[in-house]
Amino acid sequence: MEILQVKDLQVTFNTQDGSIKAVNRLNFSVKAGDILGIVGESGSGKSQAVMSILGLLAKNAQTQGQVLFKDQQLLGLSNKQLNQIRGNQIAMIFQDPMTSINPYLRISTQMTEVLQVHRGMQRKAALALAIDMFEAVHIPEATTRIHFYPHQFSGGMRQRVMIAMALLCEPDILIADEPTTALDVTVQAQIMKLLLELKQKFGTTIILITHDLGVVAGVCDHVLVMYRGEMMEYGDVTSVFHYTQHPYTQGLLKSVPRLDQPQQALYAIPGQPAPANQHFAGCPFQERCEQALQHCQEYKPALRSITTGHQTACHLTQ
Amino acid sequence: MLRYIIKRLLGMIPTLLVIITLAFFLIRLAPGGPFDTDKTLPEEIQLNLDKKYHLDESLLQQYFRYLWQLLQGDFGPSFHYQDYSVNELIETGFPVSLQLGLSAMILALLVGLSLGTLAALKQNTSADHLVMSFSMTGVSIPNFVIAPLLLLLFAVHLDWLPAGGWDSSRPSTIILPVLCLALPQIAYIARLTRASMIEVLHSNYIRTAFAKGLPMRLILMRHALKPTLLPIVSYLGPATAGVITGSVVIEKIFSIPGLGRFFVLGALNRDYTLVMGVVIFYGLLIILFNFIVDLLYAWLDPKVRY
Amino acid sequence: MFRLKNTDITQPVKGRSLWQDARQRLIHNKAALVSATLLLTISLLVIFAPLFSPYALDDTDWEMMSIAPDWDSQHYFGTDALGRDLFVRTMHGGRISLLIGVVATLVSLVIGISYGAIAGYLGGRVDAIMMRVVDILYAMPFMFFVILLMVFFGRNILLIFIAIGAINWLDMARIVRGQTISLKNKEFIEAAEACGSSPLKIIRRHILPNLLGIVAVYVTLTIPQVILVESFLSFLGLGIQEPNTSWGALVNEGAQEMETAAWMLIFPASFLALTLFCFNFIGDGLRDAIDPKDR
Repeated sequence: MEILQVKDLQVTFNTQDGSIKAVNRLNFSVKAGDILGIVGESGSGKSQAVMSILGLLAKNAQTQGQVLFKDQQLLGLSNKQLNQIRGNQIAMIFQDPMTSINPYLRISTQMTEVLQVHRGMQRKAALALAIDMFEAVHIPEATTRIHFYPHQFSGGMRQRVMIAMALLCEPDILIADEPTTALDVTVQAQIMKLLLELKQKFGTTIILITHDLGVVAGVCDHVLVMYRGEMMEYGDVTSVFHYTQHPYTQGLLKSVPRLDQPQQALYAIPGQPAPANQHFAGCPFQERCEQALQHCQEYKPALRSITTGHQTACHLTQ
Repeated sequence: MLRYIIKRLLGMIPTLLVIITLAFFLIRLAPGGPFDTDKTLPEEIQLNLDKKYHLDESLLQQYFRYLWQLLQGDFGPSFHYQDYSVNELIETGFPVSLQLGLSAMILALLVGLSLGTLAALKQNTSADHLVMSFSMTGVSIPNFVIAPLLLLLFAVHLDWLPAGGWDSSRPSTIILPVLCLALPQIAYIARLTRASMIEVLHSNYIRTAFAKGLPMRLILMRHALKPTLLPIVSYLGPATAGVITGSVVIEKIFSIPGLGRFFVLGALNRDYTLVMGVVIFYGLLIILFNFIVDLLYAWLDPKVRY
Repeated sequence: MFRLKNTDITQPVKGRSLWQDARQRLIHNKAALVSATLLLTISLLVIFAPLFSPYALDDTDWEMMSIAPDWDSQHYFGTDALGRDLFVRTMHGGRISLLIGVVATLVSLVIGISYGAIAGYLGGRVDAIMMRVVDILYAMPFMFFVILLMVFFGRNILLIFIAIGAINWLDMARIVRGQTISLKNKEFIEAAEACGSSPLKIIRRHILPNLLGIVAVYVTLTIPQVILVESFLSFLGLGIQEPNTSWGALVNEGAQEMETAAWMLIFPASFLALTLFCFNFIGDGLRDAIDPKDR
């Protein structure tokens, strides 16, 4: 069952420097219980895309298209309507646990309020549930620590707290925006393991945003590759990694240093992403693409299925 | 927490000492004595006066004598108003200044916080611009310019309010002085609140609060309020100093018999003990107040406490 | 058919430098621009306008006391209770007020930068103590001490400069200290050195621009504070000595006569308020240009 469907999503920002199209014609869907990884550089629009799902974009943003959650269109809903879904059916955790939790309130308050608002629970019952969740994310001494302030936790612990907070209402979808980027590598592995474990336990669908292909390979079922707001490649992880179609994805994979092969120099995709307010008539990646054709500059490649469930937007495959 | 309190209390002592010492030596070192009048006193009387007020002792001796007296809560006799002790003068003037100053502070906080919040929530709308313009005006135009203008308007032309005097039983005498004293503070607090709230509302943890589906009112009251208040609490110290300073001018304009007026008179009359008394008294007040503010800050910000 | 793009990663990316960014923002700030123009006008007026009037600063005219603004007699702003031309006096007052503003700000600049740099550079306990002193002083009614100074050491114009300058250095000290500390940060300098920059270049490219900008902002915001302090003193009768005058002194005189001769209050008060306004707008504009936040 497709729990989330994104159709022709566009996100535009009106700024002093002109209008910036952060997301352009995004199309994908997520099956219930899946883990989808969204990969891209900074400026690829991956964060903006997921923020639009929950209506968390800045005031100068305009959205077009459809985001269907259980067949309900989310774009254009009022704040009041969205509040029923946020934290309740779709939850989100953010990149920096240091600044994403209110340092002036106790964790217990920040956790129980979710249950009080969405489930109408009394504080005592909510607290008990919160402690249970603490244990589910493996925070020791849960009964004492639940009353701590955020600064009394370490970075990795804080991310666990965020995860616990997000899963309190047992949401259908958990969106994790680069949850481990700000953490040590060892802690990273722990958090990923935790997410997998929780997915097994609660059956949550997870949308994971990351720029780390290793994480994608280890944890995700499907992967969506974005560049400059547009989809480059999308499909089953195995298929995308082994039968990579898009030059950008190929470039990304080539850029990962390998320990099993002798390497002379580190590979980097040549060039730089163009400034944010630049619009492309054709493929946005063609400037940096080593296999680009004249055609690529003028015509946008359409999304084409290579095999079942594996799509790419590139003229070379057509 | 207790350690924090004790630390702060101990910190107050050297500050107070500095103020006392500074004031003492400053006044003593100035040319002119307390009894310089147009008439030159016969030498015998001068000597007797010197002896009575211990002016014949060395500066250092006078200093320690004064310190000792202070510890006993005695500010000494007024040099100029010879029938009164400084304590008595302070007792007459302070209650009035306290009423004036406290009312002004409370007004400033209430109005300033409200205006600032309004401006922050309606950022970049006409409401915001209005508040900011008013704030800029309040901060730029000194209150000794506004006060006479308001007096001109309300007391002289419209005759709605009296032109001076202070009578706590007649609210009409209180309105203008309190307003004029509060105005610059309202302006500054509004600005501060607006900036603080805008910054808080853009922070990551507020974004998380939105993502949790919490209603706006809850986000404002529970998540945004405390951090917004922090810079304002920090400002309370200088704000009080500002109100005290401002009271000097306001008391002059509205002929209010408060402590500020005594200070200026004392300064002009070279009344050493009176001037010292007022400075030390206010100094102690401010230090105490800062201490309370520190406690308040610690209560708001858990990172300071733990 | 084939077209290989030969992109060279070593080509520098054309961005906008910090200064260009700041300058652009400042130019777009209408309030700041208008204020700057106004200030310039006022400064020019204050310096040159008295030359065009037949009256001197202290010309008393017993036949023309307290007359309203009158074009024919060339008393453009009217006269005061002693028959002195208010226009000339307002201009002279402006000279004094602006002069004090600039000079006292320079004094506080020197004190503030020295104090802040020393505290930041020495660090540790010395820094902690010095900053604690600043915290305490910040909440003191300094005005009282200044008044004491004024009364007891005479109303010497030099003393006024120094005394007023001595109150306002606190903000500057804090800022400079902050900058000094972040400069002391070895990693930052090490990194620049690792890229091959000479120490002089580091200072020029990284340190000075940061320091200059923020000092400029605070200088612009300190001048009105200083002018305010001087006006305050003069209003109490403790500032500038006759026959010199300042806007504050004129406001004082005007306030006493306002029921019968409102122009005596309104002209100097307007000039004072307008000047303070302009400085504040420019200072705000500078601050936003250098460190923009969502306004």
